[in-house]
Amino acid sequence: MGASSIRTISYEPAKEDVVPLTQNQLLEIYYYLLLTRTLENKVEYICKSQNLAAPLIIGKGYLSTGQEAISVGAAYALEEGDWLAPSHRDMGAHLVRGFTPKEIFLQYFCRASSVTWGRDSNVHFGDVSKRILGFASHMGSLTPVANGVAMAMRYRGEKNVVLSPFGDGASSQGIVHEALNYAAVNKLAVVFVLNNNHYAISTPIEQQTMVESLSLRAAGYGMVGKTIDGNSVLEVYKTVKEAVDRARRGEGPSLIECKTMRMGGHGTHDAMTYIPKNLLENWKRRDPIVGYERYLVEEKGISHDQTESVARRIEGEIEEALEFARSQPLPKAEDLLRER
Amino acid sequence: MSVMTYGEAIRDGLRQAMKADERVYIFGEDVGQFGGVYGITKGLINEFGEKRVRNTPLSEGAIIGEAIGAAIAGLRPVPEIQFSDFMTTAFSMVVDMAAPYRFRLGTKVPIVIRAPSGGGLRVGPYHSKCTEAWYFHVPGLKIVVPSTPSDAKGLLMSAIEDDDPVLFFEHKKLYYEIREEVPEGIHRVPLGKAVVRRSGGHVTLITYGAMVHLALKAAGQLATEGIEMEVVDLRTLVPLDEETMLGSFRKTNRVIILHEAPMRGGVGAELESLICEKAFDALAAPPVRIAAKMTPVPVSPILEDFYLPSAQEVIDAAKRLVQY
Ligand SMILES: Cc1ncc(C[n+]2csc(CCOP(=O)(O)OP(=O)(O)O)c2C)c(N)n1
Repeated sequence: MGASSIRTISYEPAKEDVVPLTQNQLLEIYYYLLLTRTLENKVEYICKSQNLAAPLIIGKGYLSTGQEAISVGAAYALEEGDWLAPSHRDMGAHLVRGFTPKEIFLQYFCRASSVTWGRDSNVHFGDVSKRILGFASHMGSLTPVANGVAMAMRYRGEKNVVLSPFGDGASSQGIVHEALNYAAVNKLAVVFVLNNNHYAISTPIEQQTMVESLSLRAAGYGMVGKTIDGNSVLEVYKTVKEAVDRARRGEGPSLIECKTMRMGGHGTHDAMTYIPKNLLENWKRRDPIVGYERYLVEEKGISHDQTESVARRIEGEIEEALEFARSQPLPKAEDLLRER
Repeated sequence: MSVMTYGEAIRDGLRQAMKADERVYIFGEDVGQFGGVYGITKGLINEFGEKRVRNTPLSEGAIIGEAIGAAIAGLRPVPEIQFSDFMTTAFSMVVDMAAPYRFRLGTKVPIVIRAPSGGGLRVGPYHSKCTEAWYFHVPGLKIVVPSTPSDAKGLLMSAIEDDDPVLFFEHKKLYYEIREEVPEGIHRVPLGKAVVRRSGGHVTLITYGAMVHLALKAAGQLATEGIEMEVVDLRTLVPLDEETMLGSFRKTNRVIILHEAPMRGGVGAELESLICEKAFDALAAPPVRIAAKMTPVPVSPILEDFYLPSAQEVIDAAKRLVQY
């Protein structure tokens, strides 16, 4: 089996009729998509151009380029008190759920005032006060923790939902299967979003699974499963919103597989020579941000001026955040032993 | 002989073992064309084909399980775990299945689990740990921690020929940093034989893995101040070469035990207690342990440098010991 056997889904932005969105909301989604892309482009640029003897970013960037629609669309379907149990390509969801570019750069630059106090870097962060569980490297390891959060909310009679994204690679971990089964048995209010970007580092999906759609597995747990176009932010939003509503009503978890493509290396250090060029070219034509912008302009009466002013605003925000984070102090050695 | 880095020497060890024995095969996440995240298996798939070099799903438990089953059924599997940190997701396979098998049933389980470990690369709590102590406690496992390219190749070849499950912890910071002349072809360094890397009569330092280089640096500095520190590289923690370790200590009567993993419950605790139990009479000063701080491994260079043991700590300890 070669990469060409991967099923492609034609780009047809879902109509938002099921869940009506206002013009402002449609533009806000655009803002988060572009904010994610612009911020991550900046991270990539810094990683590739920085002085390695005195780096600004410690370590590498793990970016969501090309698959921002999943993270943004899914997080946009959450409400105030809901939780996020993120994966490592969920910058969009972090931004939607309230992390600011300043906080993100502080984290990437390992500054003393970063949310991890410089103890951790890049996408390894979270903040329980924002109801975001911190991502941990062990792939899929947050899925059972997401269940626990859902259990606690039910225990207290709260009607909130946990969004639990993970990758196609992570879906091979035993703990993920345990968590899905456990969530189904307990009818937990968790929405599992599986980002199928067709690669786990260098290993193509054909070497990871024999099923065409990973959502097929849901049937084995007795939960709702659906495979959708992960490059359509509205389709993601709509599908996750349905699942969130179902979970909130106490009808149990869902597994939503979002098909997409990782449009960069595994990290900023990876030249991804193992991905066939034509595969990337095909997916590039379906860029989630370009497609969404076209939809806004052609079908929703939003003008180019409006989208451009969003872009300008974002440029300003990113530059300001960068300057701010750069100027902040580094941790002191003794901070290692400070109790949190 | 040819000059190889630590990483190249490991690759050469794998090549030689695969050439010498049809039963040896390797598998793990991204070990195929990609050559693993550190490039250690690069090129092996071209030489040996997909039967003997295979990518797996992201499934450590299944990887170690396969190794155990294949070993029981007569092969000599050498799985790679991408980072030793991630072996926790296969912990039950290692400690419950592989370790007691021979004890229970008399069946040999010849597997070598290769796993990069260790810090210094600013990659944080999930990609930097030294986890050997977690397995050191478990009967039935052998543990190898090479510090030089020749040792890495020679110990790997011996480990692959060994009939027990062996954990082979490669220090990722040494992969490209350390190079030396390495014997060509088949090269064996026996498991369970420590080596004195530098001799000296004033104080003994016992260590293993990447810390050997830190110890040698400190020893060089101490020598300029007239203190001769003997550096013992254990090479394997199980089996443990008590004879070399205690022999050196009996010569100097003073001992520093150094490891990169945090102190509490570390391998150093066992070494120190062995010295106290078996050579108490020879102690001229209380033994000293030097290890990382008792925290997870941080990312910030400032924090990680403070976290890791330093040459200065070794130098200070040696001076205190000789003046005791
Ligand atoms: C348990 C575990 N094993 C190995 C790794 C090393 N690793 C990091 S990312 C990755 C691939 C992840 O693939 P996927 O879940 O599909 O996410 P993607 O990176 O494609 O978004 C691997 C093998 C890990 N983080 N955790």
